[in-house]
Amino acid sequence: MTLQLSALDRDTLAGGQGPAARLAMSILTRMAEVGGATALLDIVGSHIDSALFMGDATLEYAERLAGLGAKVTVPTTLNVSGIDEHRWARWPVAPEWAAKAQRQMAAYRSMGCEPTWTCAPYQTRFRPAFGQQLAWGESNAICFANSVIGARTERYPDLLDICAAITGRVPALGLHLAENRFGQDQVALVGIPERLQREDSFYPVLGHAIGALVQDRIPVVTGLTVTPTEDQLKALCAGSASSGAVALMHLVGVTPEAPTAEAAFGGRPPSRVFRLGLPELAAARNELSTAAGESVDMVVLGSPHFSIAEFRQLAPLVAGRRRHPDTAFVVTSSRIMVALAEADGLLQPLRDFGAEVVVDSCVLTMPMLDQQTKVLMTNSAKYAYYSPGLLGTRVAFGSLADCVESAVAGRTIRDDSAWHA
Amino acid sequence: MARLIRGRPLVRGRGAGPTLVADQPLSFWGGYDQATGEIIDRRHPLSGAIAAGRVLVIPGSRGSSTTSAVFLESVRLGTAPAAVIVTQADSFLALASIVADELYGRPVPIVQVDPADLADVVTGQHAEVESDGGVTIAS
Repeated sequence: MTLQLSALDRDTLAGGQGPAARLAMSILTRMAEVGGATALLDIVGSHIDSALFMGDATLEYAERLAGLGAKVTVPTTLNVSGIDEHRWARWPVAPEWAAKAQRQMAAYRSMGCEPTWTCAPYQTRFRPAFGQQLAWGESNAICFANSVIGARTERYPDLLDICAAITGRVPALGLHLAENRFGQDQVALVGIPERLQREDSFYPVLGHAIGALVQDRIPVVTGLTVTPTEDQLKALCAGSASSGAVALMHLVGVTPEAPTAEAAFGGRPPSRVFRLGLPELAAARNELSTAAGESVDMVVLGSPHFSIAEFRQLAPLVAGRRRHPDTAFVVTSSRIMVALAEADGLLQPLRDFGAEVVVDSCVLTMPMLDQQTKVLMTNSAKYAYYSPGLLGTRVAFGSLADCVESAVAGRTIRDDSAWHA
Repeated sequence: MARLIRGRPLVRGRGAGPTLVADQPLSFWGGYDQATGEIIDRRHPLSGAIAAGRVLVIPGSRGSSTTSAVFLESVRLGTAPAAVIVTQADSFLALASIVADELYGRPVPIVQVDPADLADVVTGQHAEVESDGGVTIAS
């Protein structure tokens, strides 16, 4: 079967909707043929990772589209940028690099994208609804949209996501189609104490373990006996989309396409079954740390971006205290969450503690670390997974409370008690 | 004696050069130096090899979608492989090559072949990739 296009698709491809839409449709249809799609389908929203400056080619691509007059045709949010737009100069970011990152931001804004600059678009007013067809970039957001919300998106890479937003169309493939959304592998939690299941730090560790086991397949998680919070699910998705390429997971009794294990698997048996007990999860937790028992140069929180609920948890932990003079403390979040936190009086305790807030970007995407920053500590599986390779640092993973205690002491402190039987 | 392999062109184009063969996928993000074309993933069997101008034979890419951006940048800088032969319908490499075609008029041919056809293909053989997906391997 070859690709069948609608009349409007053909008109777009012929240039009838302008040169930018022609370019976007050309890329999109060529990719549909690579994937073996027989049709395109409509989307109702998009989330764009392409606005992140990755080199001159990504900037030239953005400015070519913008210069051709590209406009998005569906509500479109923007993922993180390469800089905190108004405060990058506070960090050791090269000015010529920042200038290019800023040009790339401007190009995507000119196309009508919403300047959300966040990797947690599902925590903004642009949160999609169950069953909606989307074209989302950013691995954690893709996993959250598919898994927690039950919206439908494939994993859209940089360069392609914007083509979908401009045309409002995507190849009818993969997770857009109901028959491809059933679980493939079972991950059975066995004997995990409920006390640990209520801990925030359980979820990034579980996500890390799941991603390493299933890679890009669809896991069905059984054996959870609590209902995780939204931020716990966010951490779970981010962990599994870092160690693996999990774009959809089902949590039986929790996520919308998994009322029962049978429903999640579509009535078929799992092809593989993995058992995760306390020893396996304790090992996964240790894997996230490459540093221990030493000084900490920077505590980094907020991957995915810190939510208002997370600011509310952090404020009392730091209130009336002060970080160690040699340990920086950075929270990465979005402009909207920081505005909400300020309105709720949650930022003053952080300032008094000596914390800094970064918006629009994060420590992985803005070149903001100096040469002396060698050891990080974080409560994020994503930061822990990527920082050794991308930033050349060592990293310690701990709970939110561990991170605050470590920042005060200036060295890694971890409470391991929840992770033993 | 040359041998002809019939492949599926994911991105059409012509390219030729000495082969660089590995049985492990490559993440271009963190694995490919776009300034030089060197494979810099130190856990990859081709670590240290220069892939610029060569016919890279790998199962596909892996890891982050940022592979597409790195591959596109390498085309811009002239450090991309002359062609890539893959065994999976690799969408990240195809995307980069399609955008390189649309943006710079310089697609890198990407051909998908049956793994069995690569059984006796080794590094250093001269390969010519045609627009129809045909790959001629000199012995």
